[in-house]
Amino acid sequence: MSALAANIESVGVLGPGLPDWPATSRVLSGAESWQPTATVLPPPLSLPSAERRRTGAVVRLTLAVGLEATGRAGIDPAGLPAVFSSSSGDGQNCHEICEVLASSERQLSPTRFHNSVHNAPAGYWGIATGATAAANSLCAHDASFGAGLLEAMCQVAVERSAVLLIAYDTSYPEPMRSVRPVPDAFGVALLLAPVASAASLAHIELTRSEAAADYMDDPALERLRASIPAARSLPLLAQLARGTPGCVRIDYLDRARLAVTVGPCR
Amino acid sequence: MNPLALTSFTATSAIGRGLDETLASLRDQRSGLAPCRFETVTLDTCVGEVRGVDEVSLPQGLAGFECRNNRLAWLGLAQDGFAEAVAQCVARHGSERIGVFLGTSTSGILETELAYRCRNPQSGALPSGFRYHGAHNTFSLAAFAQRALELAGPAVVISCACSSSAKVFASARRAIEAGLIDAAVVGGVDTLCLTTLYGFHSLQLVARTPCRPFDAARDGISIGEAAAFALLERPGETLDSNGVLLLGTGESSDAYHMSAPPPDGRGARAAMLQALAAAGLEPQDIDYINFHGTGTPSNDAAEGLAVASVLGKDVPGSSTKGATGHALGAAGALEAVICALALKAGLLPAGVNTTHVDPGLPVNYLRENRSACLAYAMSNSFGFGGSNCSLILARAG
Repeated sequence: MSALAANIESVGVLGPGLPDWPATSRVLSGAESWQPTATVLPPPLSLPSAERRRTGAVVRLTLAVGLEATGRAGIDPAGLPAVFSSSSGDGQNCHEICEVLASSERQLSPTRFHNSVHNAPAGYWGIATGATAAANSLCAHDASFGAGLLEAMCQVAVERSAVLLIAYDTSYPEPMRSVRPVPDAFGVALLLAPVASAASLAHIELTRSEAAADYMDDPALERLRASIPAARSLPLLAQLARGTPGCVRIDYLDRARLAVTVGPCR
Repeated sequence: MNPLALTSFTATSAIGRGLDETLASLRDQRSGLAPCRFETVTLDTCVGEVRGVDEVSLPQGLAGFECRNNRLAWLGLAQDGFAEAVAQCVARHGSERIGVFLGTSTSGILETELAYRCRNPQSGALPSGFRYHGAHNTFSLAAFAQRALELAGPAVVISCACSSSAKVFASARRAIEAGLIDAAVVGGVDTLCLTTLYGFHSLQLVARTPCRPFDAARDGISIGEAAAFALLERPGETLDSNGVLLLGTGESSDAYHMSAPPPDGRGARAAMLQALAAAGLEPQDIDYINFHGTGTPSNDAAEGLAVASVLGKDVPGSSTKGATGHALGAAGALEAVICALALKAGLLPAGVNTTHVDPGLPVNYLRENRSACLAYAMSNSFGFGGSNCSLILARAG
């Protein structure tokens, strides 16, 4: 495939012991050691109070990283198209629906049902920010970060507009946790643009690769990368944190990886 | 946008397996909706069930993908020579150059619903043999289709509720235009399950009798199931004049409410305008519109206003959900294929079940089939979360 290209304007991150992009950047560049404490999801203050009470972890996570990225770039999210990608969606909500449906009553809550759609975070994102542009919601199991990056970069290439990518995963409660052990919540937002601005962090080019994916040198960070699909982004984030040119290979499908060449902005 | 050819397409729903049965049902104005006998469901409603789904055997080596949704996917892929057309496409472009973009809302969740009834009474554990990747996960459909069709390019599921399998056309055309791939298998598969039947019931959006889109007495949806696919490629020299093109796509978000559209339908309007602009068409060029037309009072009212504001109130249109039921994540692809059939057959299909078109809605709703030479058809799909998508298809000649 020919290379897809974009400029990374800003980053938002939220994960275990990774409260935002500056802190994550210090950990990934090696300036600070990683203290893996449980992910703290902030209340979704950008939503109207009636909606706030209805939201679960996925909405809090995606609002937090999305607003961090747009805030750092100084861009109003209302005008941005967005690509959401998650391997699982809202596992807690799914579990509670399945429990109710397995009971004799089957009295489902309407809010639970409308929150069960995979694009619930995109819906709440629109309500919170007023964004009326296209929003997409993808799933590719463990390849969800790569699939989201491909979709966002195709949009940048074809529509020639900035796009906000938000990749995220949260954990399931038992009994689903035993069959899909995602240990904690992790989200990453990348604001991608066709043309570099003064604030651009890097230029990236993306091609398919058959070679193995890069792993993290730090064993604890490697466990994080390998255990949460959205954290498959960590090698790319580490390259951005180091601020140096280079090529990283991120996990994608069984038979393909994505090679991302990171260079100075153009 | 650059037009793409639908070099093969197929649909399987409550009104038929494959295109011949589907077209025959449309010509007969037959509805596939019937009282719900699905699983242990006790709701007083009608559904559009596909016959014989659970008798389908998956291809050898793919038993890890067993679930009703993938069985319907395989049943659908086997119709109209679609899988063979994909194999020929592999010969032209190579398996790595063909993407898979499929829509579903609930994937194989039915398996999980059933497994939750069989949890270990002591530990609460799910029964052994529960398939997370192959059945439960939303991606299961695309992973299965990619393996079954022996493809090796990008693969993804788009899950934006009831706009899912319309939006796959937009993502696939971008991937082709960006040079990522040369062709794409697009489509949607959704199957009956308890989550959607009881979920829509909890929102009081399910009709008791077969749904009546745009009727003055419409009172909700009938849930259906379907598998519909299309193979998208750059139009070659071989495209005959009766071929079908994807000409325009438009996508927008309501930014309004999780489960209801803004009453003026402004998000729907934005998607339609974008599709027209992408296709380079004027509103008066559209010969037929396949409404999203779910049959709920508020959805049809908002869509009627939106369509009238973009295309005017005279463009002939119908919702085929009275025939098929609402196939949710498969609805967009099913109705795109129905538009492709309409273009090829010169048939404007009537909306069945609707007897008294709501006089308050500014639409030209077809209650009887009409024959005409069609050039351009539009299909609308809207979903929870305020996700809107509009497609424009054209006859090549």
